[in-house]
Amino acid sequence: MDYIQLFWESLGTLTLNKTRTFLAILGIVIGIGSVIALVSLGQATQQSVSSQIESLGANLLTVEPGSTSENGVRGAAGGRTTLTLDDAKAIMSSSQVTTVSRVSPEVSRRTQVTTGGSNTNTQVVGVTPDYAIVHKVTVDSGNFITQRDVDEMAKVAVIGPQVVTDLYGDGADVLGKTLRINGQTLIVTGVTASKGGSGFMNQDDIIYVPLTTAQKVLFGQNYLSSIALEAKSADVMVDAQDQVGYLLLARHNLKDPTQADFSIMSQQDILNMASSTTGMFTSLLAGIAAISLLVGGIGIMNIMLVTVTERTREIGLRKALGAKKKTITTQFLTESIILTFTGGVIGAILGIAASFVISKLTSFPFIISLKAILLAFVVSGGIGIIFGWYPAQRASNLQPIEALRYE
Amino acid sequence: MKNNNAIIQVDHLSKIYKTEAVETTALSDISFQIDKGEFVAIMGPSGSGKSTLMHILGALDLPTTGTYILDGENVGKLNDDELADIRNRKIGFVFQAYNLLPRTTALKNVMLPMMYAGVSLEDRTVKAEKYLKMVGLGDRMGHTSNQLSGGQQQRVAIARALVMNPSILLADEPTGNIATIQAEEVMAIFQHLNGEGHTIVMITHEPDIAEHAKRIMYIRDGKIQKDGNSHKQRKARRFVS
Repeated sequence: MDYIQLFWESLGTLTLNKTRTFLAILGIVIGIGSVIALVSLGQATQQSVSSQIESLGANLLTVEPGSTSENGVRGAAGGRTTLTLDDAKAIMSSSQVTTVSRVSPEVSRRTQVTTGGSNTNTQVVGVTPDYAIVHKVTVDSGNFITQRDVDEMAKVAVIGPQVVTDLYGDGADVLGKTLRINGQTLIVTGVTASKGGSGFMNQDDIIYVPLTTAQKVLFGQNYLSSIALEAKSADVMVDAQDQVGYLLLARHNLKDPTQADFSIMSQQDILNMASSTTGMFTSLLAGIAAISLLVGGIGIMNIMLVTVTERTREIGLRKALGAKKKTITTQFLTESIILTFTGGVIGAILGIAASFVISKLTSFPFIISLKAILLAFVVSGGIGIIFGWYPAQRASNLQPIEALRYE
Repeated sequence: MKNNNAIIQVDHLSKIYKTEAVETTALSDISFQIDKGEFVAIMGPSGSGKSTLMHILGALDLPTTGTYILDGENVGKLNDDELADIRNRKIGFVFQAYNLLPRTTALKNVMLPMMYAGVSLEDRTVKAEKYLKMVGLGDRMGHTSNQLSGGQQQRVAIARALVMNPSILLADEPTGNIATIQAEEVMAIFQHLNGEGHTIVMITHEPDIAEHAKRIMYIRDGKIQKDGNSHKQRKARRFVS
């Protein structure tokens, strides 16, 4: 068999009926295009979530009350009251803990915040100065919470840019202004630089107050919401997790780590959790797109069946002239593979273009997934074979006399 | 009756079609032989079995019983692909409806059987050009089928039938679709080819076309009714090779 000749012949046949060929590949174009666009979108989301989590701080460990379940998904932690400031101090001063460089005890609560004219519901976090270093918070104007503020239980607040906008209006000069939380008046002494982010992870919609002020003046609680730890380097994260874990177990009089009334999550744990979520989201999108690809494949099969019926006489003639079954099968398979592969190439181009447009319209990065493109080519070729097989078999099994008689 | 010159040897051949309840005997126990270099016309009314005979002779269908030996090969025992190979190498078909590939040039149509035989592109082109020139279409090789008249299309089909240098040329109502004057040309080509030694088997229901053959075989109700030399073989004119 002369495959080059066969290829050109098939290509020639397909260009004879351009409208039909175009409509036949449209399904594949849309299928492959949406697979690539949606997978790229999913990966862009994943990357954007990862970079936001990374911006929360490097080498970060978070101790939270409540235990960790097997899959790293925390149960309701809010009600637990097991972590205290003494725990935090112990971690800092203990000789057992050699791998932690900074400790940031934190009290955090969502609450209503008012000024004379407006109010907002936001996250109020009681912190010590180390919070800024551990969580990479920088200040745009004024100062962050100082040790003196903490020692003196000062009624001061450092607010995020989103809070500025919500309470005082965009770009207002807020230093020295006041705001009220739970009936207490606090003076704004600083504004943090924007970190970006949105939704539940908005780092700009936060009010920082001294830890002592939060505990004793605002919320009246002695326990901590969490303790953030900065490990000395990325290599000792696991050691730090162990050391702090055993220290806290001992302090809480617990022998068995499975009974721990706290959990220690590293940045990596959070990242893994988030990427497994976004990964699931990506596969879901890809799954939906794959269905449209399947529909496209059925479209190809339909067109190929019509083609076989239409060309019954031609097939009969070819067989009369000596074409073997395999030759006829190859001819029709070649046609359907050319169809789906062309559709795959066009779809890949459109999919890349679509993900470029999406990245321009949103803050997501523009990612071309090479794997998705390769997969698209393999899959589109594969669809050509799978959905072209049955029509090709039908063609090759035609009996020459019947086919020649066919009108 | 048998001799070494036989190119077609048919012995006690029957063909019975079975549909649900009905059995139809299309050919019943016929035997004959055709020698190398003969020009035979097979005649008969519709329903006589001549089309069935042509299908079997063309290796398009298999006999129910009996044997058919074409150029030394027992065709009755072959599978689909082996039959395709026999058709490709030993039989040159000329159909009533020409059966050229639509929107394909005369040259490519003639090259088609050689493609299935695995002949190289160069050899295919050279041979196809040679045979198109032979049937007087040297100046129309690049024309597609729909740009050619019925007679011209049939001549392309004859060129296509000849390129593989087959043992027999099998023509099924070759003049059925074309004008008388062009039919005369086709017959002239057949007589010329026969003169060069080609064996031709032609099925027709037109007596004046059949008269161009050397031997005429009449079929009726699946049996050979008459088989003999054409008394006055008509000489076709107009063809100049």
